[in-house]
Amino acid sequence: MTIASIDISLGSVETAENVSSKPSNTSENMSTPKISPPATALSVPKNAVAGEIAGRAIRTILPPLIGFALLIGIWAIVSMKNKGIPTPEVVWNAAVVLFSDPFYSNGPNDQGIGWNILSSLKRVAIGFGFAAAVGIPMGFLLGRFDFLNKALDPIISLLRPVSPLAWLPIGLLVFKRADPAATWTIFICSIWPMILNTAQGVQRVPQDYLNVARVLNLSEWKVITKILFPSVLPYMLTGIRLSIGTAWLVIVAAEMLTGGVGIGFWVWDEWNNLKVEHIIIAIFVIGIVGLLLEQGLLLIARRFSYDSNS
Amino acid sequence: MKSLVQIENVGMQFATKKGPFVALQGINLQINEGEVVSLIGHSGCGKSTLLNLIAGLTLPTDGSLICGGREIAGPGPERAVVFQNHSLLPWLSCFENVYLGVERVFGSKESKAILRSRTMAAVEMVHMAHAAEKLPGEISGGMKQRIGIARAFAMEPKILLMDEPFGALDALTRAALQDELIGVMQKTGATVVMVTHDVDEAVLLSDRVVMLTNGPAATIGEILEVNLAKPRNRLTLASDAEYTRCRAAIIEFLYQKQVKKAA
Repeated sequence: MTIASIDISLGSVETAENVSSKPSNTSENMSTPKISPPATALSVPKNAVAGEIAGRAIRTILPPLIGFALLIGIWAIVSMKNKGIPTPEVVWNAAVVLFSDPFYSNGPNDQGIGWNILSSLKRVAIGFGFAAAVGIPMGFLLGRFDFLNKALDPIISLLRPVSPLAWLPIGLLVFKRADPAATWTIFICSIWPMILNTAQGVQRVPQDYLNVARVLNLSEWKVITKILFPSVLPYMLTGIRLSIGTAWLVIVAAEMLTGGVGIGFWVWDEWNNLKVEHIIIAIFVIGIVGLLLEQGLLLIARRFSYDSNS
Repeated sequence: MKSLVQIENVGMQFATKKGPFVALQGINLQINEGEVVSLIGHSGCGKSTLLNLIAGLTLPTDGSLICGGREIAGPGPERAVVFQNHSLLPWLSCFENVYLGVERVFGSKESKAILRSRTMAAVEMVHMAHAAEKLPGEISGGMKQRIGIARAFAMEPKILLMDEPFGALDALTRAALQDELIGVMQKTGATVVMVTHDVDEAVLLSDRVVMLTNGPAATIGEILEVNLAKPRNRLTLASDAEYTRCRAAIIEFLYQKQVKKAA
């Protein structure tokens, strides 16, 4: 059962990567500038304006609300038919209890959900940080030197589709402890998108900008700081965003295998305790944390993306 | 007048999948200091290739190009280029885009304050002082090209190379920028080589119009001297006999002698 669930999660890793590996995504996601209402709007009766605002609010908020209501409705029906699955109400009550004291600690195997989330995030941050420190410079080198690219491309192509969990035993062997081994899998899964996107960014620096650099006869340092780095940055951020997403998917599976403190281990622990309502809470928590990570990075990416057509 | 650029028997071949493609051959041209030369011809005739050769962005496969007594072996700030698509760096403000070039050319011998005032003078020259701190993405196409021109002029190049500088602009903006350019050229006495496919633009701006034959293996077909006093005014020129003669000569060359087969 473990293996099956891991396979499914990894399947979604690959597709997520394939779908959004085009860095043009970042520019597509750019928000259109908000146009302030023209001055003539003032002459329109006030209640009409208020009505329009309320209408817009309903149009944006209502569909997701209906979606969630449907989800909870179906869940309620399923839980009525199947006694093993807790009802939304039971889960809600359990969540209230859990989140009223998220930071308690009764030894390594019984800690609050806050500690579990934080220790998972810590592993992701460390593994991801190392991956960025190695992957981004490597991406620059691969993008700049064709020879290196040709030498390493087959190796990367071969290793990239491998599930990061396959590297877990190697990590256990080398580090002798479970905790760095889990971090090691995060490193492995984060590094590929980082290398590939950075390299692609370097290769796609517009020729026009490089011609400007040549005509101005800029020094190598100026070329890197004023032209290469700013134009690669959006690609790099795409790589970082994909890495974080994948890392957050993988950490749950890795912690299920390694144990210790962490949201993935917690899920497995609660399965052993047959507290299914806690597993459902964990699913929501993992989803929300993943969403926040993704949105935070999108926000940063938007700040640094420039529409090259303008 | 002193000769600045000598182009001697230059030819250019490109390697393609179907074998070598001869873009240019047997080009001989002298460009004098302070002169404005237009390169005109049908699209695909190698106008831009010739300009890139003078810029040093590509090197010729035959013959040689000399600028100021030295062979052109690569690009350099003494041969500034105004690109068709302006090529401003989108993450730098208009001021910083111009400053980048100024800093490169004068940075070793002048203080920061002088560099900044040089940059500001160039931005003011093209009437863009109000938008100096804006990013290129926040201004119109015509304004971007003004900054592109300011960047080139601010480097005080020996020669200014323009690759269809107004090709991407609408007719009214183009006229405004041509007038702007006439003013700037008058003020600086710059040597300019400009690629264009606009007959009126060529006559209005240049001292000589170099007409290229159709490619492949394009070469110089005719050179037309434009004997019109400068500064020129587009309103009075419309009825000028010399203006009409020049226009007619170019049109005859393009549409009678070098008819482009329908593409």
